[in-house]
Amino acid sequence: MSALFILIGISILVAGGFLTAFLWSVSKGQYDDDYTPSIRILFDGTEKKASTSTSSKKITQTK
Amino acid sequence: MYLLLNENNLCNYYDLDKTPGIKARGKFLTERFAYLDDKETIQKLIQFKSDEQINVSFSIPQMHCSSCIYLLENLHRIEPGVKQSQVNFQQKEIFIIYHPEETSLRKVVELLAFIGYEPHVSLKDTDIKKQSNFNRKQIYKIGVAGFCFSNIMMLSFPEYFSSGNIEEAGLKETFSWIIFGLSLPVLFFSSADIFTSAWKGLRQKFLNIDAPIALAIIVTFARSYYEIIGGTGSGYLDSGTGIVFFMLIGRWFQNKTYDSFSFDRDYCSYFPLGVTVVEKGIEKNIPVTQLQKTHRIVIRNEEMIPADAILMKGAANIDYSFVSGENALVEKRKGDLIYAGGKQLGSAIELDVIKEASQSYITQLWNNDIFINKKNEEKSFIHPWSKYFTIALFSIAITTYIFWSFVDPSKVFPAVTAVLIVACPCSLLLSATFTYGNMLRIFGRNKLFLKNASVIESLSKINTVVFDKTGTITKTSAAIVHYEGLPLSERDMAMVKAVTNQSSHPLSKIIRDSIKDVPEALLTPDQFKEYTGKGLESVVNGVCIKMGSANFVGADKDFVTHDSGTSVHVELDRIRVGKFNVQNQYRNGIADIVHGLNQQAVQMFVLSGDNDSEKENLSKIFGLNTQLCFNQSPQQKLDFIKNLQYEGKKVLMLGDGLNDAGALMQSQVGIAVSENSAQFSPASDAILDGDKVSLLDKFISYAKAGKKIVLASFILSILYNIVGLSFAVQGILSPMIAAILMPASSISIVLFVSLYSSFIARNKGL
Repeated sequence: MSALFILIGISILVAGGFLTAFLWSVSKGQYDDDYTPSIRILFDGTEKKASTSTSSKKITQTK
Repeated sequence: MYLLLNENNLCNYYDLDKTPGIKARGKFLTERFAYLDDKETIQKLIQFKSDEQINVSFSIPQMHCSSCIYLLENLHRIEPGVKQSQVNFQQKEIFIIYHPEETSLRKVVELLAFIGYEPHVSLKDTDIKKQSNFNRKQIYKIGVAGFCFSNIMMLSFPEYFSSGNIEEAGLKETFSWIIFGLSLPVLFFSSADIFTSAWKGLRQKFLNIDAPIALAIIVTFARSYYEIIGGTGSGYLDSGTGIVFFMLIGRWFQNKTYDSFSFDRDYCSYFPLGVTVVEKGIEKNIPVTQLQKTHRIVIRNEEMIPADAILMKGAANIDYSFVSGENALVEKRKGDLIYAGGKQLGSAIELDVIKEASQSYITQLWNNDIFINKKNEEKSFIHPWSKYFTIALFSIAITTYIFWSFVDPSKVFPAVTAVLIVACPCSLLLSATFTYGNMLRIFGRNKLFLKNASVIESLSKINTVVFDKTGTITKTSAAIVHYEGLPLSERDMAMVKAVTNQSSHPLSKIIRDSIKDVPEALLTPDQFKEYTGKGLESVVNGVCIKMGSANFVGADKDFVTHDSGTSVHVELDRIRVGKFNVQNQYRNGIADIVHGLNQQAVQMFVLSGDNDSEKENLSKIFGLNTQLCFNQSPQQKLDFIKNLQYEGKKVLMLGDGLNDAGALMQSQVGIAVSENSAQFSPASDAILDGDKVSLLDKFISYAKAGKKIVLASFILSILYNIVGLSFAVQGILSPMIAAILMPASSISIVLFVSLYSSFIARNKGL
């Protein structure tokens, strides 16, 4: 049963690891802005669309 | 602007949102940013510097939609020197990396200003960073509490399932001690705010909301530590840490909700002041909020200067009593700087604006202590309740303690803790704050700008409405002017125009606008004086001119009796030459207000400074029950209202801000009607756009409904408390559930009042 003692220690260590990861991500400002990235991803899409549509045009022209 | 975007293939900007961008701000002044070439200044602003890149961030208050993000994040396409630009929309910040050899800080800022996002460059940007640090600390605390709470939960499971008997030797003690260790950061780090707030309250001999919670936490932890150290049990640290964790989450969520509401009030509300701007010799009225640097503005007698400006023309006598409370006049010369909030007394002046008008600054002036020496002392009916709430709560807790310690000692602890936690005075306080906050917003949307929330409570008690006539129920812009008397030469007309141009009285404006074919700035009066409620006196090119009521000018009785409509008599060099008859046009919807107010059993009066020529028309509109008083001086109006109040009536006065200032001040609610002018009078409690006067009856009935909403939510939150407490005193409610319920009840109250007040507003057509 003494294995239990070791397991408890490990479980707390693992949980502590997650806590540190969380605190680190907060301190790095990963949660400062939860709005702009959601918009930004949309812009990337439109930009790509524009370029693909021009390239597809080129293809039709060459045909 | 469009060309620039097009050139760089950024046309998507216009597809993204229907109303993108607050366009480039007028003429672009490059000289203004010259200081950004200074090395020391650059050093202060930048965050990182190497040979290849410089990092800098700016606060950009103009950022407001998704198109802004698109444009600002594509800066590198317009200016190749910019390597990267990244936006934080919520904090309205932009982070830019640029190449120091290809561009300069000044060029970047100029580009930003050119596309309409002038950064707010401040050499001491410490406040913003403090704010974000504070938020992060909050999240750290929640994180730590969550970690400790969940692990304590895990370690408590064996105890739950084995009902306290764990076979393995030493295991139970180990669990207890690990729990003990895990609870320490929660007690000393996560819940620190609650303790400091409760302690601060105690030091000022005041039991605030945090006091019972702090006590509950102390009780839980102390009891648990006693059990663990004494080896008698494993304590209640699972619920103890749970309380802290859920409480912190609840508060964080609450703050988020508050923020989104206060944002609305600050940025979206209508501000009713207008200002006259001269552009190429043509006068134009614009809202104060659209005032920009380099605008040339005209300020007439008794008008307020809405923004910091430099005097360009005319003699300024500035009264800073709005700002300082002292009634001394300050004389200013051409080229002098005049600060926002000053009031011009005397002839009209022209100024160049050097700083945009700040709505919040003007509202702040309005709420200045100097003007609060009057009526609005009426405290909300909720205050006395909340004062005794905490005391009542503590006595309930003590009773519960005594009761259970006799009946069943094992229930003492959970019952008392749950009592202390579940009771929530904040939902009592919140109900009024949020209902009125939302109502202010709805009033603002309908162009009624209230000074503060306590005006709503006064508005709900109104049972008498007093109307002023000129400029209030009549429309300044639609009046018909007719001159009668000895013919006036063009020079005389020019003089009349020059004199009326100095004043901001509605009649002056009407006459000024009616004289069209005379150039504006032909003459400037050498002397000018306005007698409130009487008329104007002025000297132009050595000619003494007097305009105003019959008594003021000293006209014969004959003239007076023959007056039809409102008349302004003119006297040149002590000879009465004639009069301007102003045919009043009543605002649309006055009859509707009368009907609506009659239904609410509100008594009405009309006070007018003019003669009784309009009596018939007015009684047609207002009906026979309304008392009409004519030839009233400002003092008589004030006395009239005092008399009404003496009879115990709650009076609402609707008038223009200047001539009725005394009466507005005296009445319970004074509403100044504004027609695109800078007539800002701190005497009033609210400013109403002229076109929206017809909604007055709805405003009053909405305010009354608002009071009912507050009452309803008040009852609701009392019910919450009673139900919660009744479970808690029986020892059924676990302290941890109580900790979840408490913030949940606050949030539900906030949602209830906001939705309900919006719903009623829609029902009333506001």
